[in-house]
Amino acid sequence: MFFFLSIRLSALIMNIKDKIKTIIVEKPLKLDCGQIINNFPLAYETYGSLNKKKDNAILVCHALTGDQFATGLNPITKKDGWWSYAVGPNKSIDTNKYFIICANVIGGCMGSFGPSHINPETKKVYGTDFPVITINDIVNAQVNLLDHFGIKKLFSVVGGSMGGMQVLQFVSNFPEKTKTAVPIACTSSHSAQNIAFNELGRQAIAADHNWSDGKYSSNNSVPDKGLAVARMAAHITYLSKKGLQEKFGRKLQERDDLKFGFDADFQIESYLRYQGSVFVDRFDANSYLYITRAMDYFDLVKQFNGNLSNAFKNTKAKFFIMSFTSDWLYPTQENKDIVIALNAIGIDVGFVEIESDKGHDSFLLEVPDFLKALKNFLDKSYLGN
Amino acid sequence: MKPEFKVISTLIKKESHVLDIGCSDGILMEYLKNEKKVNIRGIEISKSKVQNCIAKGLTVIEGNAENDLKQFPDNSFDYVVLSQTLQAFLNPENVIKELLRIGKQAIVTIPNFGYWKIRLHLLLKGTMPVTRTLPDEWYNTPNIHLCTIKDFVFFSKKKKFKLSKSLAMRSNKVSYINNVNLNMKNLSTNLGIFLIEK
Repeated sequence: MFFFLSIRLSALIMNIKDKIKTIIVEKPLKLDCGQIINNFPLAYETYGSLNKKKDNAILVCHALTGDQFATGLNPITKKDGWWSYAVGPNKSIDTNKYFIICANVIGGCMGSFGPSHINPETKKVYGTDFPVITINDIVNAQVNLLDHFGIKKLFSVVGGSMGGMQVLQFVSNFPEKTKTAVPIACTSSHSAQNIAFNELGRQAIAADHNWSDGKYSSNNSVPDKGLAVARMAAHITYLSKKGLQEKFGRKLQERDDLKFGFDADFQIESYLRYQGSVFVDRFDANSYLYITRAMDYFDLVKQFNGNLSNAFKNTKAKFFIMSFTSDWLYPTQENKDIVIALNAIGIDVGFVEIESDKGHDSFLLEVPDFLKALKNFLDKSYLGN
Repeated sequence: MKPEFKVISTLIKKESHVLDIGCSDGILMEYLKNEKKVNIRGIEISKSKVQNCIAKGLTVIEGNAENDLKQFPDNSFDYVVLSQTLQAFLNPENVIKELLRIGKQAIVTIPNFGYWKIRLHLLLKGTMPVTRTLPDEWYNTPNIHLCTIKDFVFFSKKKKFKLSKSLAMRSNKVSYINNVNLNMKNLSTNLGIFLIEK
């Protein structure tokens, strides 16, 4: 079993080196925790092509468990990219028109500098010695890709959930580096409920004895049980009660009656177990800790002393914000708070709440009203260039 | 396009900053953008209409003017436009106050319930009037605070806001309303258009 696992892991690492584009960020980056990092890798992918004027670039920011492979076939997981519904030829984020850049966040596990990397000082995997990173750090690392491609100003920066937080932080940090901004299903300040769910996930990982305080890389065993439970719990928060009820109800899993035991009697149980099991194949437990922490620390309101408007006072970017009716993780009101803060200082902002039963996950799924609004906003704003 | 939109446009200065409350499919917004090169935003309660506006490249917020005007600072627009919706609010008095807070001026148009055809309908038929501008039955109408041109003029005096321009409209004919002809205009026209300020 261990033997098998290590083969699988080394095969994965070889694969990763082949298929992942990275830049090495030489410039020192001072993290919010105080540490300074430099010469670190930032993994990215691009779609479409950059025009001569270099004014058609869109930075797409991924959510908690996403990566740089926004669309097409993810060469590592061999599955469709996480935003295949939205990004592609003639789709909402049209690869025929725009040059799309998507970076793996630092702290992540798809090639960017993260806890599974080797610490050059100790020659050991960082694990929990990796510095705690924030959304601010993530964005400050990503902006280096603009320099790499010689892009002075993006046409847009777009993202949902944690990707939306990055959008807000990006505009706040670099008010003149984008023409438009589309934060979707997000918040300007992570709520107690959101922190609570993230903590549940982290504790599930920590409770797996394979986690070994984050030093599992030297043990030939990974805390996949804990990570799977973390994913299962999180997955529930991405769906709506109505959506779950309609899809699963009390339907039984390949059996005619209850078995009076603790196997997965119900389809919903089997579904969640499956979601947990496929997740551990593609995600690193320590990265999960670090990225959820970054989300929890996100509080743009506090960063600007209780006045969110001040985060955006230097930008002329045009905003378009969307939320979903059944999203209880990042509810409409939290999205509207951002609209209110922008209106308070006269920034050009549009807003629509999309009707959907698919919960927070709506932004990743085929929700025609959402995809249409995103496309219309981008294409019309681009025409108005 | 509603005939009153042309009149509204004549009241608006070029390149000004405008908010259209209840902007529907954005027809007035587009018209004002083209005619007056205004910087214009809209608020609309219907999701599908907001979608239509986005498809036209207009900046629109899904929202309800009764709750969502609070977010705009004082005097953030040169004009706030409210076309034939004042009568649908729970608290029109408050809405007018908000319009005059966030806008330096406001343009309010009202379907005139004092129009002779409406009076005659009620007088002769004895049922709630149903007309082209007020097409709903009493039980499904969103118009819960209907008023006449005269009511609105009295309202402005009582609440001490200024009517900078008062126009009456029937078919495509526009005329001024003044103290002398108020009773006549109140009877002979079916729409009032007012430019108001504090």
